[in-house]
Amino acid sequence: MSNLSDPVYQQLLGGIFAALALGTLVGQILKRRARTTAGRETVANMNQRINAWWVMCVVFAVAVVTGGIGSIVLFALLSFLALREFITLVDSGRADHRALLIAFFIALPAQYVLVGVGWYGLFSILIPVYAFLLIPAVLAIIGETQDFLQRTATIQWGLAICVYAISHAPALLLLDVPRYSGREALLLLFLVLVVQLSDVLQYVFGKLFGRHRIAPGVSPNKTWEGFVGGVTCATIIGTALYWATPFAPLEAAAMSLLIALAGFLGGLVMAAIKRDRGVKDYGALIPGHGGVLDRIDSLTFAAPVFFHVTRFFFQ
Amino acid sequence: MIASAIAGFARLVTGAVAVWLVAPRGEAVRVYFANHSSHADFATIWAALPSDQRARTRPVAAADYWNASALRRYLAARVFHAVLIDRAGGGEAAIEQMVAVLRGGDSLIIFPEGTRGDGTVVAPFRSGLYHLAVAVPEAELIPVRLVNLNRVLPKGEAIPVPVIARLTFGQPVALEPGESKASLLERARAAVVALDEGVRPEGTLP
Repeated sequence: MSNLSDPVYQQLLGGIFAALALGTLVGQILKRRARTTAGRETVANMNQRINAWWVMCVVFAVAVVTGGIGSIVLFALLSFLALREFITLVDSGRADHRALLIAFFIALPAQYVLVGVGWYGLFSILIPVYAFLLIPAVLAIIGETQDFLQRTATIQWGLAICVYAISHAPALLLLDVPRYSGREALLLLFLVLVVQLSDVLQYVFGKLFGRHRIAPGVSPNKTWEGFVGGVTCATIIGTALYWATPFAPLEAAAMSLLIALAGFLGGLVMAAIKRDRGVKDYGALIPGHGGVLDRIDSLTFAAPVFFHVTRFFFQ
Repeated sequence: MIASAIAGFARLVTGAVAVWLVAPRGEAVRVYFANHSSHADFATIWAALPSDQRARTRPVAAADYWNASALRRYLAARVFHAVLIDRAGGGEAAIEQMVAVLRGGDSLIIFPEGTRGDGTVVAPFRSGLYHLAVAVPEAELIPVRLVNLNRVLPKGEAIPVPVIARLTFGQPVALEPGESKASLLERARAAVVALDEGVRPEGTLP
């Protein structure tokens, strides 16, 4: 629990839990005031989401204050659950079994071990080079050629999104930012805070003011009003947190905007996959939210982009 | 304790989401009958039962497979309390064994297809289910539909892939007065097949 003695962590985590307490309070007030059936359902779902947020925030806070190993274990677990939801949703068959074993039990753990030992070179190519080539090779050796390209691409995509992309979140701890040594976990906290706030605020603005849908065929809940309001507010909050990051205020603003935009695109793409498969959620593990992949869909795009932009400009 | 640990492990690996369209505890003994596509099938059903029911529900399995090693013998006898059937011994002896278990007050898990399929179709049922229904009319015949188990652990594979499995316990199928063997078996099979349709995970679009 080394990081907990750092006042910056105390303030950020204190702020998160204060905001949650406020959300819980508002949820309870709305529950008393809801009159229509539809209104009551929306409020009940919102309160269910808030309750789940408490659990998620506690788990994440514990991971962050324990520093490296806690974050790696948490995100490895999230990757596992996300990949599991992803593969369950697609049409994998008997001929894919061995390739899936490699994905779940070799590629995934290896990727997080590489984060743990800080081997950046192999971390950045293990999945895009070696897993990318090994998966089709294994499928070819097994010999089933029906839908070969689609089956290969599906497993590769599952690994890229659920494992490779997500692993860039804990990999932020590997970055060596000048005059920021020992505080790298704050980058992870910043990323997750901005991307999730952006999600939540897009939801809130969408519920309050949403009129014009961005991509009605993909997601009925994504509106221009929600998008602009959520991204703007998340950027403002992210900018206000510049003191906890290695960034100057304007840099923090640009980074927050980048995170929110990448997160939005991640959510949109992952929604398109759900639509294609004819489901509303990836799973039912998190009450009110759906599956793990429903909660971290925006992170899959935001994490690698934030990682590499930070690495390019600030390391 | 080993039994609950194994049940917990099975639930973890298969991530099984159980849907009950019938009360998990019945008044009478039950015969749970399911489609069969994986070695993990009966452990999944068994693990999804309430723990008090689990202790009183015995899977019917092949003696040659479960007697093949000390570990399997131990699991079959001590953990699952399996009813081991001699596949070479003929149907009548097997039915007698199962009827004795039901009359003794324990429930059964059976796979009427007789062998594991590839998970795409449910094969025609063998007649054992009918003979049980005739011999123990008070037993409830509960259809169970397993989905994705063939993807968790397909035939011929040893290590499971953690695909999320789904199982649905349906309403009992009862033998009508004077109903023929073929009719009951086809209705029972149709009941298992039907549980896959219209039962999709919560939140699924139509």
